[in-house]
Amino acid sequence: MAEVQIMTGNQAAALGAKLSHVQVVAAYPITPQTSVTEILSQFIEGGELKAEYIRVESEHTALTVCISASTVGARVFTSTSSQGLLYMHEQLHWAAGSRLPIVMCCVNRGVGAPWTIFNDQQDSISQRDTGWIQIYCRDNQEIIDSIIQGYRIAEAMYIPVMICYDGFVMSHTMMPVEIPDAELVSNFLPPYKPHTILSPETPMNINPVLFPWRRANAEGVLCDGYMEMRYKLQKALGESRDVIVAAGQAFAGAFGRDHGGMVWHYKTDDAEVILTGMGSVATEATTAADMLREEGINAGVVGIRVFRPFPKEEVREAFRKTKAVVIFEKGISYGYEGALCSELKAAFYGTDIRLPVHNYVVGLGGRDVKARELAEAVRSSRDAIASGDTEPAPKWLNCFTE
Amino acid sequence: MPENLFKVNIEEYVLPGQRACQGCGLSLAYRYILKALRENTILTFPACCLTVLHGLYPMTSVTVPTLNNTFASTAASAAGIVAGLNALDRTDITVVAIAGDGGTFDMGIQALSGAVERGTDFIYVCYDNEGYMNTGTQRSSATPMGALTTTTPVLTKQQPKKDMLRIMEAHDLPYLATASPAYPIDLYDKFVKAKRIKGSRYMQIAVPCPPGWGYAPKDTVRIGRLAVETGVVVLFEIEDGKLRLTGRSKTMADKGNKLPVINYIERQGRFRKMSIEQLRQFQRWVDVRWNEYLKRAEG
Amino acid sequence: MKKKDASISAMATPAVGEAGKTGDWRDMRPVHDPAKCIPCIKKKAACFLCWLYCPEGVIKATIPIEINLEYCKGCGICAEECPGKAITMVNEGEKHG
Repeated sequence: MAEVQIMTGNQAAALGAKLSHVQVVAAYPITPQTSVTEILSQFIEGGELKAEYIRVESEHTALTVCISASTVGARVFTSTSSQGLLYMHEQLHWAAGSRLPIVMCCVNRGVGAPWTIFNDQQDSISQRDTGWIQIYCRDNQEIIDSIIQGYRIAEAMYIPVMICYDGFVMSHTMMPVEIPDAELVSNFLPPYKPHTILSPETPMNINPVLFPWRRANAEGVLCDGYMEMRYKLQKALGESRDVIVAAGQAFAGAFGRDHGGMVWHYKTDDAEVILTGMGSVATEATTAADMLREEGINAGVVGIRVFRPFPKEEVREAFRKTKAVVIFEKGISYGYEGALCSELKAAFYGTDIRLPVHNYVVGLGGRDVKARELAEAVRSSRDAIASGDTEPAPKWLNCFTE
Repeated sequence: MPENLFKVNIEEYVLPGQRACQGCGLSLAYRYILKALRENTILTFPACCLTVLHGLYPMTSVTVPTLNNTFASTAASAAGIVAGLNALDRTDITVVAIAGDGGTFDMGIQALSGAVERGTDFIYVCYDNEGYMNTGTQRSSATPMGALTTTTPVLTKQQPKKDMLRIMEAHDLPYLATASPAYPIDLYDKFVKAKRIKGSRYMQIAVPCPPGWGYAPKDTVRIGRLAVETGVVVLFEIEDGKLRLTGRSKTMADKGNKLPVINYIERQGRFRKMSIEQLRQFQRWVDVRWNEYLKRAEG
Repeated sequence: MKKKDASISAMATPAVGEAGKTGDWRDMRPVHDPAKCIPCIKKKAACFLCWLYCPEGVIKATIPIEINLEYCKGCGICAEECPGKAITMVNEGEKHG
């Protein structure tokens, strides 16, 4: 029987890993992720979770340990934030190129310089090119559920999965969470079958240098060059969309909760303006949408749950009928605009979707984002659009920009 | 036939037609490392000369399982293999990290210190060819003072060689040994011994490099021998804190016939700009260390 | 569940000659004279330093020794270390009687 407990996002994450029967954990503490490493240590040293816990000396090593342990055939888990994620950056590329089903939580925190310990999403968004699947959670229930789904997706596609949730906003905030039944989880997650062979029975050299061109092996079979091998990752990411959706549906069937698949909708059917974002800012936007509706503005929210692979079809479908999009992002691709903004516009390209798109940079370094501020931004954008300003440069919300 | 003569495993684990240079000291060392470790071994190594020796996809020249890792992460990669094998209850496989001096003394030092501090059950092998040789002979902290490299092309390396052996000894690991491919049986015996020991084991191999050091490939064994005969390289092992000289170094300690370093220096192009003062400092450095080792071995 | 692709990541298999016929790298090749070779003279296992020191492992410790010239890189260590001077390095393209 499932029980409901009040717990923080970090507690939910640690529980998700435990329920998934991870076998190797390697993690380095960093605010606001630290308690994930501590709770998992408690589980393992206390005997609740049978796993190897490697108290690594850095995040780069944390992900490296996960990479080689996963290569050998163990189910692995790690978690980090901000500078830690950046420190392991080369290993993110390595893990994806190795096609390993690693699941990692990124507890979103802004990046230095200058220092911040507080929430924004620059850390994970700036890793979007690495080949990882990225899921952004709205609440603590979604964290524990997405980690479990994450292993199913990762091990089906051999692609690493990053489960992102907002630091402090979710990691340290207590919410009610229904703990998935352990046996149901075991049924939901079949054992990990590695595709990698690192064993004396069948000696191979894994991830050597590849030539630019294809090359025949000793039997004369033409094997991949670097580009083919990397194409396979891209192809798999494209195919993973269906697996992600199916995993969500299967989870809903088994556990009774559906987090929306690639994107989720809130009052979008008749929406003349749609607010969009990822993670807790999208949740905050639903309150803003309700405020706007009270004033007679038909506002709705599309939450981007899966950022990679980018949900191009779902996004085209979601924004087909509305009249304006307002994007709230906790990050920016410096020198241009918000990553989500660019990618939404790119998704609209080639269709007949011709929408005014307004981009707001919000909440960097943990600056509070209030629903009423989002609502005010939407009002202001609507006014600007009415006077013909359909695609202004990103505005920085609640920030001195004089 | 030679297995009885030399008391070594006759099996070869490196197939002919491998990609390392003519006369490569690492190639010679690697033959004996693998002979000692045998089939139930998994090795992991970074981007380095060994990567090239292993060859390019889809073929490899080595008949034991290996995993490539990024430059900084060799010891971490090994730690992950150990963790994964432990989780899967496969504890009969020897896990070996092997990297050059770049991947050990420099970029790899953090992961190495971390893995050893945690008591990771693995063998870490540093093949020290005293420079970043795979990228064409740039200086590393293992490059001796007075050596020319492409990044010390005029003034020569100014700093003495980093004493990685002392750094590793400070980790209090169960077994630490030096070896040289010029003395392959001594090397082989140490790896056979290391394989049986539990915990972190550190092996540092003094590997001559013809293109990097500036000598003809035919002289690899000779140069390796001279390194030991002049005391530049000391063959020893430290087991549970007790130091023991081995092989040629032991004989030299007993007979007191250490050669002057000039015999070693003058044969290598990389030392052609070494000043008299640097040579004097180098001889002094060798003598001080040699006497320290002698004292420790006696005590 | 997705069907596994046979080669979704790079795993290389052991093969002779990965770098091609490395014998082509030589400009000098080793020539063995049994008359000066200690194991040949003694007609039993002895010396075999050539086998010991070959970085390529392409010398067979038989009587007489056999050098795999397809893959011998011609480094000359065997000739240098042979105590009986039984191996000589000869320029490729030259005949050696």
